[in-house]
Amino acid sequence: MIPEATKARFDREVAKYPPEQRQSAVMACLAIIQQEQGYVSLEAERDLAEYLGIAPMAVHEVTTFYNMYNREPVGRYKLNVCTNLPCQLRNGGHALEYLAQKLGIGVGETTPDGLFTLQQCECLGACADAPVMLVNDRSMCSFMTDERLDQLVDGLKAAEVQK
Amino acid sequence: MSASEVLERFRAQGTETCFHGRHISPQIYAGLDGRNWRLKDYEARGGYQALRKILGLDGGPGLTPEQVIAEVKESALRGRGGAGFPTGLKWSFMPRQFPGQKYLVCNSDEGEPGTCKDRDILNYNPHLVIEGMAIAAYAMGITVGYNYIHGEIFQTYERFEEALAEAREAGYLGPRILGTDFSFELYAHHGFGAYICGEETALLESLEGKKGQPRFKPPFPASFGLYGKPTTINNTETFAAVPWIIRNGGKAYLECGKPNNGGTKIFSMVGDVERPGNYEVPMGTPFSKLLELAGGVRGGRPLKAVIPGGSSAPVLPASIMMDCTMDYDSIAKAGSMLGSGAVIVMDDTRCMVRSLLRLSYFYMHESCGQCTPCREGTGWLWRIVDRIEHGQGRPGDLDLLDNVAHNIMGRTICALGDAAAMPVRGMLKHFRSEFEHHVEHGTCLVSAHG
Ligand SMILES: NC(=O)C1=CN([C@@H]2O[C@H](COP(=O)(O)OP(=O)(O)OC[C@H]3O[C@@H](n4cnc5c(N)ncnc54)[C@H](O)[C@@H]3O)[C@@H](O)[C@H]2O)C=CC1
Ligand SMILES: Cc1cc2nc3c(=O)[nH]c(=O)nc-3n(C[C@H](O)[C@H](O)[C@H](O)COP(=O)(O)O)c2cc1C
Ligand code: SF4
Ligand code: FES
Repeated sequence: MIPEATKARFDREVAKYPPEQRQSAVMACLAIIQQEQGYVSLEAERDLAEYLGIAPMAVHEVTTFYNMYNREPVGRYKLNVCTNLPCQLRNGGHALEYLAQKLGIGVGETTPDGLFTLQQCECLGACADAPVMLVNDRSMCSFMTDERLDQLVDGLKAAEVQK
Repeated sequence: MSASEVLERFRAQGTETCFHGRHISPQIYAGLDGRNWRLKDYEARGGYQALRKILGLDGGPGLTPEQVIAEVKESALRGRGGAGFPTGLKWSFMPRQFPGQKYLVCNSDEGEPGTCKDRDILNYNPHLVIEGMAIAAYAMGITVGYNYIHGEIFQTYERFEEALAEAREAGYLGPRILGTDFSFELYAHHGFGAYICGEETALLESLEGKKGQPRFKPPFPASFGLYGKPTTINNTETFAAVPWIIRNGGKAYLECGKPNNGGTKIFSMVGDVERPGNYEVPMGTPFSKLLELAGGVRGGRPLKAVIPGGSSAPVLPASIMMDCTMDYDSIAKAGSMLGSGAVIVMDDTRCMVRSLLRLSYFYMHESCGQCTPCREGTGWLWRIVDRIEHGQGRPGDLDLLDNVAHNIMGRTICALGDAAAMPVRGMLKHFRSEFEHHVEHGTCLVSAHG
């Protein structure tokens, strides 16, 4: 079942396309699901397929094709560090290693407290800001020196404690 | 502090990449400071005057669609997405009297490693793109458009949505624009992490809500595009150039660049430069000048090599690069391509094997898997470079690399195959001895910092 508030967000996306092309909204709706639930479950895919009037497989193909959809639950903060060549020339690789060490996890893993998942990624389109990382798909963080990585991780941890 | 407040503190402000005051005769980045992106600021800079001009709203006679296309043709504006196709010519391909819906699409899926110019345009001057698209729509008789924005720059997508709302509110978008007969509606669409969706036909598939797998061309989008309808796709920077051309004339735009390469171009200076960022300069600016604007090679080290047009372009050694001017023709003559305008600078400590390894991984990872030469070939390339980098190279590996690259080139549906192969051939052409040393000695000649 899709909550009404979520449906309202879906409706706004669907309205961008011709009435017979509701499928065009699938990527945006999946991103909304991911924002609200942390990942895209098979059940959520089926609900969305029904809402859009398309086959569940059509939704699943999209979830599996695009790199940013989480098909499994991830930590509360998914950290994606760019390591492509332009970033690598400016410490992108180092930023990833530094985070792995600081968080005590390997790339692709989640901290035991469930707070952080660390991943490497391809060009974010922000190469002059290197090292760059994307937090939870939506927040780009720029010029991530060791010091700023410390501030970011510590800041997010503090925000959790406050809650 | 809440988590979102924490994250906000790390958001780029554009000071380093865009507001450094070191552009030369900028048109697209002119007068920006990061705060003045809203409609009222854009209007204060003369924004939407070009649209008003063609619609004949400021006292003049207006321009017919044919006249708009003629101006763009005269300007010698070439597609800023990488291929450099003449924009005016592309617009003239759109069927005039087509009875059904036609579409206009902006390609803001900027994901070519090194390229970060469109993000700064959309963040700090979004109305420029909206106005450029509205003018294009008028010229081709199109009433609906989409801007496909790279999924990773979500905040930019949100800002563009805000700018769209402002433009609609003020009557620059929507039915009967500014009280005329011209109607155009524009929407934002975001990707979600797939480099291949920057390829125009993959982008169309993605806009249709499918996997982003490229289609065979021809037919080109001009005859079979979004939902099978005639569609024109241009890069963000291409659209952003249009209002200036209409305001000042195609001839003035052409004169500010060089023949066959009109206007200014934004270059993303990345890698080993003192001040990475975007630099807008006239086409034909010497590379040495551009490097100087970016503060020279980092730490004053010697320049070793440059990838002049995004990661898909063949690398050029310093000696050749220092003689180039930055325009399509000069870089092509030097054996590479201007591509998306990303200039990846490498100093003398950089190992070419290691650099190529990272790029090969990228193309393997991003291949959509539709064609065998690309799907299998990119994996081969990566595995061979990987073993060379790790001291396991075999005699004959360099010929094998060249052979695999050769067998990908020109044998695939889209240009990603070529994009994976060209860097390999460029590296082997100019830095073969470095690869040979790796193979023979299992070690590296140069030691990288960082
Ligand atoms: N900006 C970025 O992030 C990236 C840019 N690129 C660039 O993309 C380029 C390759 O792009 P493609 O679209 O494959 O190049 P292309 O040469 O096939 O097409 C260029 C443009 O001209 C149009 N066109 C060409 N011939 C036409 C004809 N006969 N009739 C109608 N329209 C025609 C195409 O539809 C397209 O819009 C590379 O040179 C590379 O530099 C590649 C990766 C990423
Ligand atoms: C693999 C691949 C990725 C591409 N990525 C982009 C991109 O991110 N942005 C872009 O404008 N063009 C990209 N292109 C080029 C587009 O296919 C197309 O040529 C361009 O959008 C046309 O616009 P233009 O004529 O204004 O350059 C890519 C091409 C290929 C082969
Ligand atoms: S060349 Fe590669 S990316 Fe392009 S269609 Fe073929 S498999 Fe897909
Ligand atoms: S290479 Fe890292 S953001 Fe482009």
